[in-house]
Amino acid sequence: MSSVGIAQALPGRRRFPAFRRLATLLGVVIVGTALLVAIFAPYLTPHDPFAQDLNLRLIPPVWMEGGQPTHLLGTDQIGRDYLSRLIYGTRISMLIGVLAVITSGLIGITLGIVGGFYGGRTDDFVMFLITCRLSIPLILVALTVVALVGSSLAVVILTLGLLLWDRFAVVARTTAMQVRNLDYIAAAQAAGASRVHILVREVLPNIANHLVVVATLEMALAILLEAALSFLGLGVPPPLPSWGLMIAEAKEYMFFSPWVIMTPGVVLFVLVLGVNLLGDGLRDMLGADLER
Amino acid sequence: MVLFILRRLWLAALVCLTVLVVSFALTHLSGDLAASIAGPNATAADIAIITKNYGLDRPLVVQFLEWAGHAAEGDLGRSFLYHAPVSGLIRDRLPVTLTLGLTGLSIALLIGLPLGILAAVREGSAIDRGIMMVALLGQAMPGFWLGLVMIVLLGLELQWLPISGVETWQGYIMPGIVLAFSAIPALMRLTRSGMIDALAADYIRTARAKGLSRTKIILKHALRNAAMPVVSIAAVQLGFMLGGSVVIESVFALPGVGYLAWESIIKNDFPVVQAVVLFLAVIYIVLTLLADMMNALLDPRLRA
Amino acid sequence: MTASLQDPVLSVANLRVSIGGRTEAVRGMSLAVARGETHCMVGESGCGKSISALSVMNLLPRGIIRTADHIRFQGQDLLAMSERQMSRLRGDKISMIFQEPMTSLNPAYTIGSQMSEVLERHRRAIRRQAMDRAAELLARVGITAPGMRLGQYPHQLSGGLRQRVMIAMALMCDPELLIADEPTTALDVTVQAQILRLLQKLQQELGLALLLITHDLGVVARMAQRVSVMYAGEVVETGAVGDVFAAPTHPYTRGLLDCIPVPGKTQTGEPLGNIPGMVPRIPPGFAGCGFRDRCMSAAPECAQAVPLRDAGGDHSYLCRLPPDWTRASAA
Repeated sequence: MSSVGIAQALPGRRRFPAFRRLATLLGVVIVGTALLVAIFAPYLTPHDPFAQDLNLRLIPPVWMEGGQPTHLLGTDQIGRDYLSRLIYGTRISMLIGVLAVITSGLIGITLGIVGGFYGGRTDDFVMFLITCRLSIPLILVALTVVALVGSSLAVVILTLGLLLWDRFAVVARTTAMQVRNLDYIAAAQAAGASRVHILVREVLPNIANHLVVVATLEMALAILLEAALSFLGLGVPPPLPSWGLMIAEAKEYMFFSPWVIMTPGVVLFVLVLGVNLLGDGLRDMLGADLER
Repeated sequence: MVLFILRRLWLAALVCLTVLVVSFALTHLSGDLAASIAGPNATAADIAIITKNYGLDRPLVVQFLEWAGHAAEGDLGRSFLYHAPVSGLIRDRLPVTLTLGLTGLSIALLIGLPLGILAAVREGSAIDRGIMMVALLGQAMPGFWLGLVMIVLLGLELQWLPISGVETWQGYIMPGIVLAFSAIPALMRLTRSGMIDALAADYIRTARAKGLSRTKIILKHALRNAAMPVVSIAAVQLGFMLGGSVVIESVFALPGVGYLAWESIIKNDFPVVQAVVLFLAVIYIVLTLLADMMNALLDPRLRA
Repeated sequence: MTASLQDPVLSVANLRVSIGGRTEAVRGMSLAVARGETHCMVGESGCGKSISALSVMNLLPRGIIRTADHIRFQGQDLLAMSERQMSRLRGDKISMIFQEPMTSLNPAYTIGSQMSEVLERHRRAIRRQAMDRAAELLARVGITAPGMRLGQYPHQLSGGLRQRVMIAMALMCDPELLIADEPTTALDVTVQAQILRLLQKLQQELGLALLLITHDLGVVARMAQRVSVMYAGEVVETGAVGDVFAAPTHPYTRGLLDCIPVPGKTQTGEPLGNIPGMVPRIPPGFAGCGFRDRCMSAAPECAQAVPLRDAGGDHSYLCRLPPDWTRASAA
């Protein structure tokens, strides 16, 4: 029995399915909740997220001294209800996460599959594009575009979508290369299927599991980047309640009432964590190991 | 080896050229530049004057060739705001950003490598699970927010560290940690998976059959072979960190290249923006080139 | 099965190896290797040869557990040794070479570095001395220009050369016992013969005890003084090579021997024998003969514990059948 035989005979690396299932479940719960909150935001908010009331400025959350039960998470510097703004902020984050990923997915997957499947000069060119994209400083370029075109939700989505396609392309390319040499592709070619048909009907479904995992990673990244852009004042324009923007607006008051930056930061962190947990769970389930 | 380097250099030059076009196009195609420079209160006459003065009425190709020609000679134009050469502005601020990036990378390596190795050696154990959880938490952490929280906590409440500026070396600690946070998860995961692969290799069995100590097997025989992807990712991460300095430097008010860029974007100082984009891209390209060469040193098979 | 050898270098008694509690890879294997002797372990792949050897070295992958009545090397009990004590023995008194010369050397270090670290570890030698010793051994295993080879990396060497390097590396500390796990399987046929000739020469010159694992009975006939035939984790027959080949008694040994053509004995056109089926995976709690599903002489009683029978001299086998059953069946 060779060492290979021994490795195969092993019961597989110990995986602690219970722990992992719990982590995945947590991810599903977080992302699911965020999705529901985003969809049903108008029905969930106790107050109008845009309504200002200068008499009710910087009320702390209900569990702190001076908190009021009508404003569970307190109010911001111009008296807007924090909870309501956070709920609407979920909408913005989810919207940006999903739409930016769809945009970048379309670009990256197309490039990656074409390069990986055709190889040769086509592939060289795709690799070149990926290298160029990676060498461009992401945040800086996004900031510049938003500054020049003008900040709006659509601009942020489009900018991030146009920038975040690199990992899609890398993974799609590698997996398409592996798939290209498999028997069923040869069979499809022998059967006279057209190239586009083979790419869309045969290759794409077989690399979909890897791409789903990338999609979660990119969604998490898009959400984080939007927050960072908005924080720097060149993302979603005020008065929209983006979490990053909320942190930026509250920054001046954080020395006196630190909770103003805590709540939006924590929900941002939890949502991104949830998306990542979901991605890890999918990676396990679908057997897509991106690091090898 | 020579051929390999030449090929990489040729590719790097091509990428540089593309980035040159992109950073030019970025500022010239996405909106009316003269209007942006003039600001919201400018009259049509103001805009016309600006257009003429900056040569913005000439064909784009001409403008580009002029700019690219100067850029190739190291002349990146003049700042509208500072009325000084851009290259000088960048040079003055570069030490802060480089120090920050290298601090971040050092912290990331110091934490990421040992934890990644430990997770691989104890693969599947509670330690491994714990370390991977840390990676996930780090991945989800918004850097700018972590920075603010640290400012409030370490700077204000505990008064351990200065909350902004780099008058003393302590000023680099908090931003360094925040930057490191962004690189640790990737470094850790890659170290772990590389070490797991290496530890399963036949030559590790040989090393054990030779009676070598566990420490020597892990740190000499396995780590050397796991190091290549780690070197590559470290270079890439350093590039990302320098790019990400825009956010961190504005959080901590550090007078670096990132801060300069942010300021210039806000104030429509587009020659500076163009130059910083180009500059950071070139740094990234050089870093990956260096990583490739280091890998050639690490792996004798690549040298042939 | 007790080894009847006087003062063996290596003696293993009743070794059991369980893989993850699901597969019994080795089931009560016993073995003794005498000083200055070549002992071959032979059997199909998957019958527990390599894993037995790795058990002796305590090099089993995680999750694989060994137990035994004893594993004794020069009178020391290896089972009682800590990993630290064991590592002092490995590469020093016991060496091992493997099947895959292409991957068994570390691609990142030179031949010289990998060879000299053995001596540095076990003899506290300085690099210069260790390098001299390495060059001497490279010359001894028939490598020309050893000085140049020391500075080369594994990828610059052919498979045969790498296996020679592995052999030289195993000899750095003058071991008493060399375990060679299918050292020629991955090599070209001509190179195989060279490596075997080299091993034979070194074994004789250095008075090594050589435990050679192979699936090739031709190798056994050429190299070994004693042979242990393994099947499904057990030694089913053991004895001096001459005795076992002259009078194979276990049905599995007979089956194996029938599979190789013997010039002058095998009639042209007569089909070679074969053993139908494959080596089974043995679950925990399995009783009786592991070969019974493939055996032509299987009987209901084969499902019960099988006796160890003496066939004269040191020749013994594990079967319900009497030693003379072959003659009886031939008659």
